[in-house]
Amino acid sequence: MLEVRDLHAFYGKSHILQGVDFRVGKGEIVSLLGRNGVGRSTTIKAIMGDVERRGSIQFKGREIGGLKPHQVAHCGLGYVPENRDIFPGLTVRENLILGMKSNQPGGRWSMEDMFTLFPRLRERADTAGGVLSGGEQQMLTICRTLMGDPDLVMIDEPTEGLAPKIVELVAGLFKEIRNRGVSILLVEQKLAIALDISERLYVMGHGRIVFEGAPRDVRENAAMRKEWLEV
Amino acid sequence: MLELVVFSSLNGVLYGMLLFLLASGLTLIFSMMGVLNFAHASFYMLGAYFGFQISRYIGFWPGLVVAPLLVGVIGALVERYGLRTVHKHGHVAELLFTFGLAFIVEELVQMVWGKIPVDYRIPGALNFSAFTLFDTTFPAYRMFMLLMSIGIFLGLLVLLTRTRVGLIIQAALTHPNIVGTLGHNVPLVFMMVFGVGCGLAALAGVIAGPALVTQPAMAASLGPILFVVVVVGGLGSLSGAFVASLLIGLIQTFAVALNISLADVMAHLGVTLTRESFGGDLWMATVAQVAPIIPYLLLVLVLIFRPHGLMGNRDT
Ligand SMILES: Nc1ncnc2c1ncn2[C@@H]1O[C@H](COP(=O)(O)OP(=O)(O)O)[C@@H](O)[C@H]1O
Ligand SMILES: [Mg+2]
Repeated sequence: MLEVRDLHAFYGKSHILQGVDFRVGKGEIVSLLGRNGVGRSTTIKAIMGDVERRGSIQFKGREIGGLKPHQVAHCGLGYVPENRDIFPGLTVRENLILGMKSNQPGGRWSMEDMFTLFPRLRERADTAGGVLSGGEQQMLTICRTLMGDPDLVMIDEPTEGLAPKIVELVAGLFKEIRNRGVSILLVEQKLAIALDISERLYVMGHGRIVFEGAPRDVRENAAMRKEWLEV
Repeated sequence: MLELVVFSSLNGVLYGMLLFLLASGLTLIFSMMGVLNFAHASFYMLGAYFGFQISRYIGFWPGLVVAPLLVGVIGALVERYGLRTVHKHGHVAELLFTFGLAFIVEELVQMVWGKIPVDYRIPGALNFSAFTLFDTTFPAYRMFMLLMSIGIFLGLLVLLTRTRVGLIIQAALTHPNIVGTLGHNVPLVFMMVFGVGCGLAALAGVIAGPALVTQPAMAASLGPILFVVVVVGGLGSLSGAFVASLLIGLIQTFAVALNISLADVMAHLGVTLTRESFGGDLWMATVAQVAPIIPYLLLVLVLIFRPHGLMGNRDT
């Protein structure tokens, strides 16, 4: 579904990604792991067209490496940024409306689905996003992207700084997303969650993919974990 | 006294609402670009001149619609092919670009319509007095200007807060990248905001042209007041721009009507001051005489005591 080959990305003069290769299949959950600063967020941003990039990015058989972010989104790629970047001055409902690509409802998700999955969002539907708790903001950020009905959603560090109970909720949402036939590319710090829900995992180091395997391969390879993941 | 209060209030609100037609666009454009658009008042002037020209061929009312549309399109083109390119080279380049644009517009207007004011007339249908109070009449055209600007204000409010496009604009002002990744064409939105902002300024020009004077200096004389409004209101804050527009409109109008000097005030306190006292003419100047500098006084005070303006919360 998503096939990235020899992806390079740049912030001005600094050359951050130096040839990244990976793929995500239809209906798959794939995790992108690595220590802070190795370029996981940059990889996602490069796919969205939010940073300067070179290389091949194929999505549903179409080359999207030259498209602008809004065009990439219209191809069916969803992006959930890190830091829970909701629109703080707009209400929860307005945030969700902005996730939709057109006025017409349709697609896999409705606002009602979101409110059923997270009753807390329904209670706060007319509250400004900026006053929600961290966990609520994280739900809202993911739901906002889902309202655009992506076929593959890239989620950047969704559980960072969340209480264990909320982390469980988020993990539950990932399963719901997969059940509706949406693929997930997940950037996740918490190894336990990534191993639990992913079909395959990639590990990044210094702007490249340094390991690829199933959850079992990661569990069994202590040397790799020590070199590339543990702090 | 009642007469003065009623008429100055009406005129003050009218002047304030006209200022807001310009200040709203300028504020939105500032939020988008991060710099003040020095050419904004030039679009107001273009509106007045286009309105004048159209009124000579087919009348005032078609001009009211066509002139803002034309200027809006020109504004959108300036954004698309001028500012967007200059933006890559930073804020200083953008600022200089808008500065240059203001001079070019003024020169062009002088070349086409001459240096002296043009004879832009109030439409016949509105050339009567709306009401008379204590021998003073309030012209129907002023009533029309007032209702028109209030109507546009309400329309803008509904557009920005109640429609999908309005929500996209609001979000794009603060989080353009995220709005883009959600599938909205942010550059297109910005071009449209710029165009609509210029169109609103032009509309203000069309309706103010016949009531004030349509001349090549009208942009240069309004520009500074406009900056006072957006800075006093708080850069980037629409509600701040609204409050500041009304405030400055009212202050200006009331000040012009007041014939009190500092000497009069001191006389009430039992102090007699004459032209020969230390300070000289300063004591004798009436509020009406110093009216033009009051907005700038306000600007200076606000910058000292509330650097972010009345309602602003952003750094510049
Ligand atoms: N806006 C930016 N400008 C310059 N360098 C950046 C920027 N964002 C990230 N970087 C650098 O790019 C590298 C990768 O960052 P990032 O992709 O955010 O890492 P990760 O998400 O894996 O923690 C880091 O060294 C970081 O310092
Ligand atoms: Mg990151």
